[in-house]
Amino acid sequence: MTFWNDPINLISEWLRGIFMGWGMAANLAMVITNIIGIFVIILFAMAIAIFLVWVERKVVARFQDRLGPNRIGPFGLFQPFADIVKLIIKEDITPEGADKLIFNMAPVISLASVILIWAVVPLASQIYGVDINVAVLYLVAAGAFGTLSVIMAGWSSNNKYALIGAFRMVATMISYEIPMVVALLIPTIIAGTMSLKEISNAQNGIWFAFLSPLGLLLFVISAIAELGRSPFDLNEAESEIVAGFHIEYTGMKFGLFYAGELLHAFTFGGFMAVFFFGGYGGFFGLEKLAAFSWLSNPFIQMVVFLIKALIGYWVIMWIKYSMPRIRIDHMLAFNWKFLTPLAFVLLMMTALLDKLLAPTNFYVSGMFISNLLFAWIVIEILRSRSKQERAHDIEHAEPVELAAHH
Amino acid sequence: MQGQWLYIGLFLIIGIIVPIIPLLASRFLAPHKPNPIKQSTYECGIETVGESWVQFKSQYYIFALVFLVFDVETVFLFPWAITLGKLTIFAVIEGIIFILILLAGLSFAWRKGMLEWA
Repeated sequence: MTFWNDPINLISEWLRGIFMGWGMAANLAMVITNIIGIFVIILFAMAIAIFLVWVERKVVARFQDRLGPNRIGPFGLFQPFADIVKLIIKEDITPEGADKLIFNMAPVISLASVILIWAVVPLASQIYGVDINVAVLYLVAAGAFGTLSVIMAGWSSNNKYALIGAFRMVATMISYEIPMVVALLIPTIIAGTMSLKEISNAQNGIWFAFLSPLGLLLFVISAIAELGRSPFDLNEAESEIVAGFHIEYTGMKFGLFYAGELLHAFTFGGFMAVFFFGGYGGFFGLEKLAAFSWLSNPFIQMVVFLIKALIGYWVIMWIKYSMPRIRIDHMLAFNWKFLTPLAFVLLMMTALLDKLLAPTNFYVSGMFISNLLFAWIVIEILRSRSKQERAHDIEHAEPVELAAHH
Repeated sequence: MQGQWLYIGLFLIIGIIVPIIPLLASRFLAPHKPNPIKQSTYECGIETVGESWVQFKSQYYIFALVFLVFDVETVFLFPWAITLGKLTIFAVIEGIIFILILLAGLSFAWRKGMLEWA
């Protein structure tokens, strides 16, 4: 294994050799090598978070027809560093009556839950933290940590609006976890494994986005709700409850929440890429040709993965800055009365078709067409429901008094 | 495989320590001048009225309960999803019946009005 084929293993072998040469036991050498690797991954994730602050501000500015930061560094690239310095030197105000321990722990846990996910993200076929065979379940579990931190922040702030914001946010996050987990079950069924690396490898023939476009749509919608971004950002409804659960947080603690949210959004963009768009591979079999064998290089794969994750993040940002906020009862009704039944029926249909069509030649077209048919049926049901409602409204409309009469 | 979970354990510990570092930097570099007005609860500039720990709307509890049922169901569906490729079609039908039973539970909750409002 050379550096270009297998960088992480090579470096860890070399480090372990050095440590054992100093007389350390093999286990201790492995633990220390792991710790160094963990630091590298966490610093990489934080570096991406810092870059994302700039991306987010530039993109929101362009959506709103303005320029965004462009003074600090070329194109405003050093803006995040200025932001970090500003946040660190701001005073850390703890409101009176706040629950100090939980108040201080909440931002740490919020960012920690996102960093934890990066242990399993496969950047390339040889570059990842660990390849556990229950990675999908681990993802959902680590994401649930973030939900805990929201209620911790809201409760300990000694502020009614923080508490109400936290309630609403947690209700949204847990509700949308069901369609999200079911949408994650669909690539798991098709690939037959929970390991993220295997799911990426299983897409070497065709992307799962073509096998299950409804699953992709379901995942995107529930992921956006999980993240607490628009149009589901009741929590940060700036015009309603100021900053929701993080009203009382100042300085770097707020910075941790903010960086955590952006990194979480990017990580979900990465998961869109891994589960539905082929992850670090998915070149439709092109890399088997001799002319394209450089596509199997881990560094090229990492670049491909980051590009796909950025495109996923772009889609999430696009939705955020184009759509108005949804009211809390509409949000929850949308989830429990539409998305959850849809998700389960889609799951049943996918499982059945996967089993029936696997030995035949019609796998890809069968899955794709069945998804389209299902989407069409759902749209027809929705249309007939709304037609009924409109007819009902027309019959039962009461005449409205014109205000100008008086 | 133990090595993998050891890695995740270390990741958890270091993942909690790393966000604390900027907070420590802030503790040393930031001013610390508390006064009662700065530390009062924020309510858009007016005085707060009443207790901060408002009454908990019970509908949230019902949503959490429904979520619990379905979350446990999805955890049970994971092993089914992984081994689907190696089992016969009877296993698929069994899994579908399991999901249908729980969808019946959802429709019960819907009809009883448990999913109304937020």
